[in-house]
Amino acid sequence: MKTLVWVEHDGQAVKDATLSAVTAASQLGEVHLLVVGQGVDGVAAEAAKIAGVGKVHVADDAAFAHALAENVAPLIVELMATHDAFVAPSTTHGKNIAPRVAALLDVMQISDILSVESEDTFTRPIYAGNAIATVQSSDAKKVITVRGTAFAKAATEGGSGAIEAVASTGGDKGLSTFAGAEIAKNERPELTSAKIIVSGGRALASSDQFHALIDPLADKLGAGVGASRAAVDAGYAPNDYQVGQTGKIVAPEVYVAIGISGAIQHLAGMKDSKVIVAINKDEDAPIFQVADIGLVGDLFKIVPELTEKL
Amino acid sequence: MKVLVPVKRVLDYNVKPRVKADGTGVDLANVKMSMNPFDEIAVEEAIRLKDKGVTEIVVVSIGEQKSQETLRTALAMGADRAILVVSETKVEPLGVAKILAKIVEEEKPDMVILGKQAIDDDNNQTGQMLAGLLNWGQGTFASKVEIADGSVNVTREVDGGAETDTLKLPAIITTDLRLNEPRYASLPNIMKAKSKPMAQKTPADFGVDVTPRLTTLKVVEPAKRSAGIKVADVDALVGKLKEMGVAK
Repeated sequence: MKTLVWVEHDGQAVKDATLSAVTAASQLGEVHLLVVGQGVDGVAAEAAKIAGVGKVHVADDAAFAHALAENVAPLIVELMATHDAFVAPSTTHGKNIAPRVAALLDVMQISDILSVESEDTFTRPIYAGNAIATVQSSDAKKVITVRGTAFAKAATEGGSGAIEAVASTGGDKGLSTFAGAEIAKNERPELTSAKIIVSGGRALASSDQFHALIDPLADKLGAGVGASRAAVDAGYAPNDYQVGQTGKIVAPEVYVAIGISGAIQHLAGMKDSKVIVAINKDEDAPIFQVADIGLVGDLFKIVPELTEKL
Repeated sequence: MKVLVPVKRVLDYNVKPRVKADGTGVDLANVKMSMNPFDEIAVEEAIRLKDKGVTEIVVVSIGEQKSQETLRTALAMGADRAILVVSETKVEPLGVAKILAKIVEEEKPDMVILGKQAIDDDNNQTGQMLAGLLNWGQGTFASKVEIADGSVNVTREVDGGAETDTLKLPAIITTDLRLNEPRYASLPNIMKAKSKPMAQKTPADFGVDVTPRLTTLKVVEPAKRSAGIKVADVDALVGKLKEMGVAK
């Protein structure tokens, strides 16, 4: 089976989500990559080095600068004439583009896979991860998105894929234009690839206290910073901090949950973390049912002391 | 301006899903069912746009007869009329998108606003698929929608922040959580909704083959994490973290 993997990048570098998708695709067969964007020679060169990669298709065009689904989907459909599966990471680009491709190919997409059981059979979470379904596809071609935390990352060195420019790019379809973006600048590790995450909940009680308590601890540990939906909804932390079924799905080595009760929707986003540490004043909080190490007490006393003693 | 809003009847988000003992799925017998929360946000957004040029809101549901209740809820919130496409068997997003494309041909809406995903199957596909089938622009994961002249500006929640795209109308929008907070229907409006029109159709009326492409072989509960230990104080926690090599 020949797969075409969407390369997630920011115009400069390949994002880690790509590496998990490559691992998933390699379990299906031959791995080809697709780099879409404007001025992406550097990204293509980096992508070609990923271990196990065959060809790297590069579509470089002003119409692809912001990866608008309306312009990108027809390009992928064209490339799918010579591939058997389109595999994208479950990033916002992947989730935006893949179903459009699937519809144009008349294929039912398999979203957010957790494992590849065979060429046509996969497992995927349903009901916010409260159940795991094994599904078998009868479509001749497959369109798949991959949950990054479920697959190991392919090595970034060792490959020598042949870079090939895509001849026909299709250009701008005139349906949509990019009007601007506000991407938060963050000096800390990205949530989806951080080894350690310190996450704060509603118990922090204000934006000031969130940053005054969570940030120094995260800096001390070299950790990424996350938040529960309750904390985000209350305005204590920005949207892109949100960990949970409707936010980011993370699985770091260590997840430190501070003042987070452990609602189902939050647990769905972090319960695959290797070690979970929970600090909460309510000893009956559901978070303690999944935590490896729990500390019951007042976070306003505990967190500064912990930061100090580490 | 006409807006079409598809809604789905799903297990209420407050109910903990239980996997059936025979592994065929999640038990939906005698449990509370509600409108998919993202679809509620879609209905609410359409209603809010009524001050800004939207004149008619048509809600549609594809599912079992009981989806009537979900449509009545949308009508009570403020939608004008409803279409129920009855299918007692499950219709996948691809099939749903194909039926919706046919309804769009008939109804000619200027916008279709959908929830970004249903909280049962978590597919996150229907809106994008419909946009592809219609060759329309798609503003997915919307946190802000502004109608302009012949176009709509959609601010989208993307990895790392927000992105705004301008879409030519007609267009597809899918809602994210923070777009709005849906209203509760008032009792007088619930009464009024009972007399609003609801048409009934079947997938066959649209000539759409909804045979599933995916077969669910089994459904299981995820591996459980067991609770670990509780430590007494910060010193003990620091000790554990050092043991694990997290702290030096």
